[in-house]
Amino acid sequence: MKEIDLAELERDFQAKIDADIKIEPKDWMPDEYRKTLIRQISQHAHSEVVGMLPEGNWITRAPSLRRKAVLLAKVQDEAGHGLYLYSATETLGADREQTIDDLHSGKAKYSSIFNYPTLTWADMGAIGWLVDGAAIMNQVPLCRCSYGPYARAMVRVCKEESFHQRQGFEIMSKLANGTPQQKEMAQDALNRFWWPALMMFGPNDAESKHTAQSMKWKIKRHTNDELRQQFIDISVPQAKLIGLSIPDPDLKFNEKTGHYESGEINWDEFWQVVEGNGPCNKDRVDTRRRAKENGQWVREAANAYAEKRRIRKKAS
Amino acid sequence: MTEKEWPLWEVFIRSKQGLNHKHVGSLRAADEEMAIDNARDVYTRRSEGISIWVVQSTNVFASSPTDADAFFEPANDKVYRHPTFYDVPDGIEHM
Ligand SMILES: [Fe+2]
Ligand SMILES: [Fe+2]
Repeated sequence: MKEIDLAELERDFQAKIDADIKIEPKDWMPDEYRKTLIRQISQHAHSEVVGMLPEGNWITRAPSLRRKAVLLAKVQDEAGHGLYLYSATETLGADREQTIDDLHSGKAKYSSIFNYPTLTWADMGAIGWLVDGAAIMNQVPLCRCSYGPYARAMVRVCKEESFHQRQGFEIMSKLANGTPQQKEMAQDALNRFWWPALMMFGPNDAESKHTAQSMKWKIKRHTNDELRQQFIDISVPQAKLIGLSIPDPDLKFNEKTGHYESGEINWDEFWQVVEGNGPCNKDRVDTRRRAKENGQWVREAANAYAEKRRIRKKAS
Repeated sequence: MTEKEWPLWEVFIRSKQGLNHKHVGSLRAADEEMAIDNARDVYTRRSEGISIWVVQSTNVFASSPTDADAFFEPANDKVYRHPTFYDVPDGIEHM
């Protein structure tokens, strides 16, 4: 075997990235690239899975059979998204079991938005419209991510996401055009979810320590602030159209730039929730841990059944 | 708590009659029956398929990406395998 030095491998790797050639699981990649991807993709997977909980809270109390069927289908999609993403981490050599245990031990993070409670039915509207809306904005550029399996998973996810946002907006717009109480409920949900939705894009560019390297590796294609601005510009007119107001007294349209300018995000709150002190952090992780523990006998039974079938097949 | 992990399966889907099965992703399942059921729930929720193959990932053998250039090199200098290599006089049709 000939000696190839690390610098040369790294040079070739970056050249591939620069030429928009995708990296596949068995290709050589720098350790840091692998680690960054495992961290990002597993956080993303955890977010899909934990994200089922706030909405799952309302499945049994959906106001009609139609709404219930839709919400159930949406939550089922999120489980699927989690699965595509856990599979993508496995292609990088991550151990699935360990990845999930890291969520349960609190070592791994997930999107902070899911640490807020869902207090009324209108929250299903606000989540679909704003939370899935923000997720789509993050995920569309990831379809062109340099790592093949992640990019392919994102293509599937984005196809499925489009109905998620629409069903949420439909709920909001029905409530906003309903009785005064219904409209108030919609406005209240918007008030509670607007700022956490903006936080979903992560810290300001100046504070974001991974952005520069991730952009060089084409894992990320836009900065946090770029995506957040895009989200604000798209969402503000949507709120107006259904007669709801954005809970930001400093929000104004800048004619010159063609963009909305918004008030300061409460980063203190953001970091508090990231550190585990949000309203539902403990509850979310406890629920996931319990789900794993309570499902253990099912997994063992499935193993035993599979083993029995294997033996029976051999004998026949 | 050492639990035996379910094996990993690669999933291939035929999207419609007349087309090849195509790799779509992977999943974990205790056996092939469960793998097929799970593949249906995970990869065909929007009628993406009419037939599913599952193969246990440990049974997939792959060519090496590091030797790919040398491995596929023999095809590179055989342009005469392509129809565009040949001169066809003007006026010849149906060839
Ligand atoms: Fe999702
Ligand atoms: Fe979604």
